[in-house]
Order: sequence, then structure tokens, then C-alpha cells
Amino acid sequence: MENEGKLLAGALVTLGLATAALVVLPYIQVRDIQPPEDLKPYTSAELRGRSVYVANGCMYCHSQQPRDRNFGPDAERGWGRASVPADYVYDRPHQLGSMRTGPDLFNIGVRQPSKDWQLGHLYQPRAYVPGSIMPSYPYLFEVKDSAETGDEVIRLPPGFGPPGKVVVALPEALDLVKYLQALKHDYPVLPAEPQVVAGPAP
Amino acid sequence: MDSAILSLLGAFLLSVIGLFVFIWSLRKGLLVENPRAASVIFARGELGRVDDPALKATAQAAMQAAAREPGDAPHAPDPGEVAQRIAADRSTAVPVFMFIALACLWLLLGSLAGLTASLKLHMPDWLVHEAWQTFGRMRTLHLTAIFYGWITNASLAIILWLLPRLLRTTLAGTWWVLLGGVLINMAVASALFAIASGWTDGMEYLEMPWQIGIFLVAGLACIIGPVLYTLANRQVESLYVTIWYHVAALLWITLLFIVAKLPGVHFGVQQATTNWWYGHNVLGLWFTPVGVGAIYYFLPKIIARPIRSYNLSILGFWTLAFFYAQVGGHHLVGGPIPGWLVTLSIVQSMMMIIPVAAFAINMSGTLWGRMHLARWSPTLRFMLFGGLMYVLASLQGSFEALRAINQVTHFTHFTVAHAHLGAYGFVTMVLFGAIYFMLPRILQWEWPYPRLISLQFWLAAGGILIYFISLTLGGWRQGQAMLDASRPFMESVTLTVPYLQWRSVGGALMLSSHLIFVGHVLAMLLRLGPQRTGAALFAQPRGLELTRGE
Ligand code: HEC
Ligand code: HEM
Ligand code: HEM
Repeated sequence: MENEGKLLAGALVTLGLATAALVVLPYIQVRDIQPPEDLKPYTSAELRGRSVYVANGCMYCHSQQPRDRNFGPDAERGWGRASVPADYVYDRPHQLGSMRTGPDLFNIGVRQPSKDWQLGHLYQPRAYVPGSIMPSYPYLFEVKDSAETGDEVIRLPPGFGPPGKVVVALPEALDLVKYLQALKHDYPVLPAEPQVVAGPAP
Repeated sequence: MDSAILSLLGAFLLSVIGLFVFIWSLRKGLLVENPRAASVIFARGELGRVDDPALKATAQAAMQAAAREPGDAPHAPDPGEVAQRIAADRSTAVPVFMFIALACLWLLLGSLAGLTASLKLHMPDWLVHEAWQTFGRMRTLHLTAIFYGWITNASLAIILWLLPRLLRTTLAGTWWVLLGGVLINMAVASALFAIASGWTDGMEYLEMPWQIGIFLVAGLACIIGPVLYTLANRQVESLYVTIWYHVAALLWITLLFIVAKLPGVHFGVQQATTNWWYGHNVLGLWFTPVGVGAIYYFLPKIIARPIRSYNLSILGFWTLAFFYAQVGGHHLVGGPIPGWLVTLSIVQSMMMIIPVAAFAINMSGTLWGRMHLARWSPTLRFMLFGGLMYVLASLQGSFEALRAINQVTHFTHFTVAHAHLGAYGFVTMVLFGAIYFMLPRILQWEWPYPRLISLQFWLAAGGILIYFISLTLGGWRQGQAMLDASRPFMESVTLTVPYLQWRSVGGALMLSSHLIFVGHVLAMLLRLGPQRTGAALFAQPRGLELTRGE
């Protein structure tokens, strides 16, 4: 093996093949996908919320890709039907995630539409779910002596707020909750490709 | 036709093409073993002379006595070739030192962030009042500092140090290399600030904003130029296998990063496949070839015996290049991506057993009957540990890619355990070993406290074992709980907490080993420590290096 030309050419060919298979082909395959009729583009508030989601790394604990019934009980847990490529056409950057330290959030807007719950849960998850290891996000809120006009005061279960003060949601928290509420992918879709169903449906 | 059959056919076809490329490249001397090519790492007459710069002269002599084998003809190494090597080392000393020093800085910051993230997973109300301290950002700081700071800088140090040694020439374009190093580290520092302040591209391993990524690519380009120029002006005929791995890796990481970062092109599901095409290739085509290439040099060099089979090492190179590049889809098993892609990646994950077995067979052949030398040489111990963990992590990975296993482990801490077995047990340990070998040659000074090297080894090895075992068990149980619809989700959360606490214990041991390591580097830099013959080494480097066989 004494030819550096071979080395360079070989290195580029192998990488080229892989790029064709894993980058270019998927690009061609999903380039022309039409968004489902019931999937709305994000509003600007939702997009701002989405960037809060991205900037604070919710993805490192929450996936957004419910799996098929014969691959896990995602649907039974209320996480929704298996997602398809068309569900993601508006997503930049994608937030599929690779961890489920917390539940899948692709349909959290269906499962938990309450703004109060979401805000309170962000302020202190353990106020709602004892034993949760989700971090609290007090920096998305402001603690004040009393509310002013236009303030969104959050209602916490007794014992979890600072005594004698009010907790007000900052705009980031409100946008984030709007994004969470918009995570609804419960409209019907045709499966992207025929799935071979193994075993009886649960 | 059934899509599964189609995709299997496609995978098969691609593999066959790869095999042809491989055979074409080897058509000359394929079946003839090539001991000369395996011996280019030695100067003439140097076979049988053990070489561990991290050892004191007395310890080196003891190791030499233990390494004697029948048939060794003791005579001095060719002075001309040794002088050539000293010139090679001189030409790289400054840039390599810069990369090592910066690598040490990022290692400390990165593992501190890692330990913080780990503690936060079982202390969720600790450090929550500042946005930059939240788990999502700490974890990303950990990964960015470790991947682009520690591993990348240390890898560049090794690549640049070995290149002129193996090509028997001097490094060209040192100033370009220095500039490249500055650009890369500026990019790492700015990326950390960006991420801490919430500016991120939001994809795993690619969080660094692309605007900052431009500096990283420019820095890599500044280094690739001199590397290729040096390669073209080499003084040896035969390229040692380490050169194959290292030069290819340097090209690969640059192209990977450019394609993955192209702004405005990727979106939705396709972005996810690109993300993981990059995600596994940064491991498989950057860290792994650097680590494997380093083992192929340092391990035979320390024990002074050529690797068992040069051809096997080249087979390993081509199969790795071909199969590893296509495994990215195994990070999206069960996800909303085309089924053929996942199948392709699973097939190639299994095929990865070939290069791993090639490496394992070759190394056990080389080390057969010589394992006891690890008792003397701590550097060898790091290399052995790293090589073993490479084999174990890869075999684990091949099976983890199978649908039946991935179904349980995919979204759990099991993956994190595997990740550290590979990126820590293998890559980081090899980097430590290589730095222990290189730094005395670069600074022309001995390690002041050799005992600390052993201490660091045992802390790091103990730490990673605790880390790996606890998260493997915890992750598996977490996965099983999640798959059982009759158990509430929260059960999968609470049952992992004790395992997460053990991980913090393991991580604390690892971090303390890093403190010792960096402290030792500092002590060496400040010329601290007991005054020994080492000082003489500095005063008259030439004479002593010659007598010690370099
Ligand atoms: C350290 C991991 C972690 C991080 C980071 C994290 N979460 Fe969670 N999350 C969890 C866990 C564990 C649960 C389940 C327990 C609970 O509901 O608190 C959860 C639950 C949730 C739920 C309720 C889900 C349900 O099905 O009831 C929502 C909504 C949520 N998280 C949103 C977020 C958002 C938004 C972020 C980012 C700002 C975030 N999480 C960051 C771990 C995390
Ligand atoms: C034959 C070789 C290997 C195969 C087939 C393999 C396979 C896998 C698989 C299947 C996963 C889990 C993906 C998931 O479920 O999300 C994974 C994750 C990972 N592997 Fe490997 N692995 C191999 C070797 C290595 C090596 C040598 C390293 C270290 C350099 C490594 C580092 C990682 C990392 C860091 C992750 C975590 C990725 C993430 O989710 O962030 N692997 N690997
Ligand atoms: C210095 C060498 C290290 C390397 C190369 C390394 C590598 C990695 C990698 C590849 C990941 C991503 C895993 C995944 O997504 O699956 C990761 C995550 C992580 N690492 Fe490390 N790591 C190192 C040291 C440490 C140390 C010392 C600790 C301390 C405990 C630590 C704690 C963590 C934590 C907590 C995560 C996040 C896991 C999660 O998301 O649940 N790491 N590291």
C-alpha cells in the first residue's frame, strides 16, 4: 500500500456512497412530501416557543417520535399514533430526540392542553408529579410581591410557591407553552409505506 | 416487491461494490504477508528495543530485560534514522504541544460539565436559577467541550506528531497548522459561549451554530493542506497503516461537518437522517480511526515488535471505511424514516464485526506471550485497555443495533453507557496513553511523578467501569419498564435514580483522574518534581536519546 492517491480516492468513494444512501436519497424521498391538510404551520408565537424548547435542550430528555404499535406501547401511553415524515415538514431543526428520560411529547398538546398545568409544571415539576427528575425552570418566571396588569400569574398547588409572593410567567414561558399546546399530531394519515403488522393488534 | 427484500438486496449490492474497490486497491501483494511494511515504524536495528518515554531509565531497563526474546540480535539502532526521527519530532513540537495544552483545558471543563449534568439528573432542583446551568445546556456544553475540544485537539496532536515520524520527513507549513489550531479552538470557545447563552443549531453533536462552524472548517482546512503536502514529500516508500487511518479521518471529519452543517438545506425527517449520518460518522470516521491508528503505532512501538499482519490491518481499514459510514440509521430504529435506510444501517452494523475482528485478531497475535510487559509500562496499559474497550464497545454496538435489542435500549441510559464505553473506555484512554508517550519527547523532560500515571489509570479505569455497569443495568431495566404498558411511565423514571447516582460516583472518579492528569502535565511544564536524570536528558538531548534508542 504505497499510493496516497488510492488512499484519498478510496476515502472519498466510501464516504460518497454513505452520503448518497443516508443524506441524498432521503432528501429526494421526502423533498416533495406535502404537509397533511390538518397540520398547520407554526404561528410566530409557537415558533418563538419552539426556539425556547431548542435553546433549553428539552430534546435531551424528550423524544418526538411515537413508535408503531408493534414496536412499543407508545399509543397506549397516550403518546399518539406512529409518526410519519409528513408530520415534520415544518420542523427546522428537527427535534426527534434520542432519549426518553421523560415521555414523548409529540402529542402533548392533545394529552395535556391546560396552560395552567403546563406553566406550573415548568416552574416546579415535582408540584404535580412527585419523584419527577425533570429540572425546574424558575428562570422562565419572575417572583413578584404582587401582580401588575397584564401579568400572567401562575397557580401552583399549595406549598410550592414562594410564601407571600406571586409567580409570573415571562414571555418565554408563555411562548413555550403555546408551542407545547400546538404539538398535536392526531389527524389521520396514510402510512408512509405499507407496514407489515406482525402478531395480533393489542 | 417487498420493501424489506429490496433494501436487503440494496445493502448487499453496495457491500459487493465496496468489496471490489477493496480488492482493486490490494491487487498487488494481497496474499503475501508484508513484514517490511509493518516494520517501518522502527529504525534499523531497533526491533526488540522497548520504548516507553514515560518510564525512568531504570524501569525501562527492567522492561527491556523482560521483553528479551530468543533471536534478538542486540545492536544499536541506525543513527541516521534516529536522527531523522529527532528532526521529525522537532518539526512538530510546537504545534503538537499547543494542541495538547488546549485539549487538557477542554478536558477539565468538559468533564466538569459532565459531572454537573450527571448530578442534576438526580438532583433536579440544584443549580436551576441560571439558564446556562440547566441540564439541557450543561449536557451540550459537556459534549461540545469533550468532542470538539478534548478529543479533536488531542487527535490532531497525535496525527501531527506521528505523520512526520512515519513519513521520515519534517512537517511542512507549521505556521498554517498553528493558525488552524487557533481557529479551531476559537470556534470551540465561541460555541461554548453560544450554547450557554441559548444560541444553538439544536441537533445532537451539531449544536455549534453554523456561523461558528465556518471557523472550525477553516481551521481543519489549514491543517489538511500541510498534512497533504507533507504526505506528498515523504521519504518512505510504504505508507504505514496509521497514516491510512489518520489522513482519511482528517478528510472525513471535514467533509462530514460541511455537509451536515449546510445551512438552509436540511429539514424535518431528512434532517434527522443527516444528523445521525453525521452523529455516527463523527464516532466511526473520526474518533475510531484516530484511536485505532494510534494503537497500531504506539502498541507495537512500545513492545518493539511489528504488528502480526500488515494485510489484516489494511483489510480492517477498508472494511471500516465502507461499513461504518453507513450505520447512522441505527440511531433511528423504529423512527419515522424510510424502512430501507434502517435495514441498511442494521446490516452494516453487523458487518462492522469484520473490521473489529480484524483488529482484535491482529492485536492478540502481536501481543501473544507479551502481555506481561503491561506490568512495566503504564503507557502500554492505557493502549491495551483502550484496544480491549474498542472491541467490546463495537461488539456491543453491533448487537445493540438489532431491532429486538434496540427496542428495549434505544431511548434509555443503556445507550449512554455504550457511548462512554466507546468514547471514554476506548478513545479517551488511548488519547491519555498517547500523550504520556509523546509529551516527554516534545518537552524533552520526564514525567515528574511516574506513580501518578498508574494512579490516574486506575481511577479512570475504575470510574468508567462503575459508570458503564450501573447505567447498563439501569438502562436495561428502564427500557423494560417503558415497554410494559401496565407499568406507569414514572416507574421507568424512579427506578433509574439509584443507577444515576452510581454514575455520578463513577464520573467523580473519572474527573479526579483528569485533575491528576492535567496537574501532572502542569508539573512537567513547570519542571517540578524530584531532580533526576531527566534534567540531563534536557541538557544534551541528542546523546541520551541515541543511547536510549529513542
Ligand atoms: C432531565 C430530563 C428532562 C428535561 C431536560 C426536561 N424534561 Fe420534561 N419531563 C421529564 C420527566 C422525567 C418527566 C415525567 C415526570 C413529569 O411529568 O414531571 C417530564 C414530563 C414533562 C411533561 C409532561 C408530559 C406528560 O406526558 O405528562 C412536559 C410537558 C414536559 N416534560 C416538558 C418539558 C419541556 C418543555 C422541557 C424543556 C424546557 C423539558 N420538559 C425538559 C424530564 C425532563
Ligand atoms: C461496530 C461498532 C459499533 C456499532 C455497530 C455501534 C452501534 C451503536 C448503536 C446501535 C447505538 C444506539 C443508538 C440508539 O439506540 O439510539 C450506538 C450509540 C452510540 N455509540 Fe456506538 N456502536 C459501535 C461502536 C462505537 C464506538 C467505537 C464508539 C466510540 C467511539 C461508539 C459511540 C457511540 C455513542 C457516543 C453513541 C450514542 C449516540 C447518541 O445517542 O447520542 N460506538 N452505537
Ligand atoms: C472525558 C471523556 C468523556 C467523553 C468522551 C464523554 C462522552 C459523552 C457522550 C458521547 C455523551 C452522549 C451520550 C448519548 O447521547 O447517548 C455523553 C453524555 C453524558 N456524559 Fe459524558 N463523556 C465523558 C466524560 C464524562 C464524565 C466524567 C461524566 C461525569 C459523570 C459524564 C457524564 C455525562 C452525562 C451526564 C451525559 C448526559 C447523558 C444523558 O443525556 O442522559 N461524561 N458523554
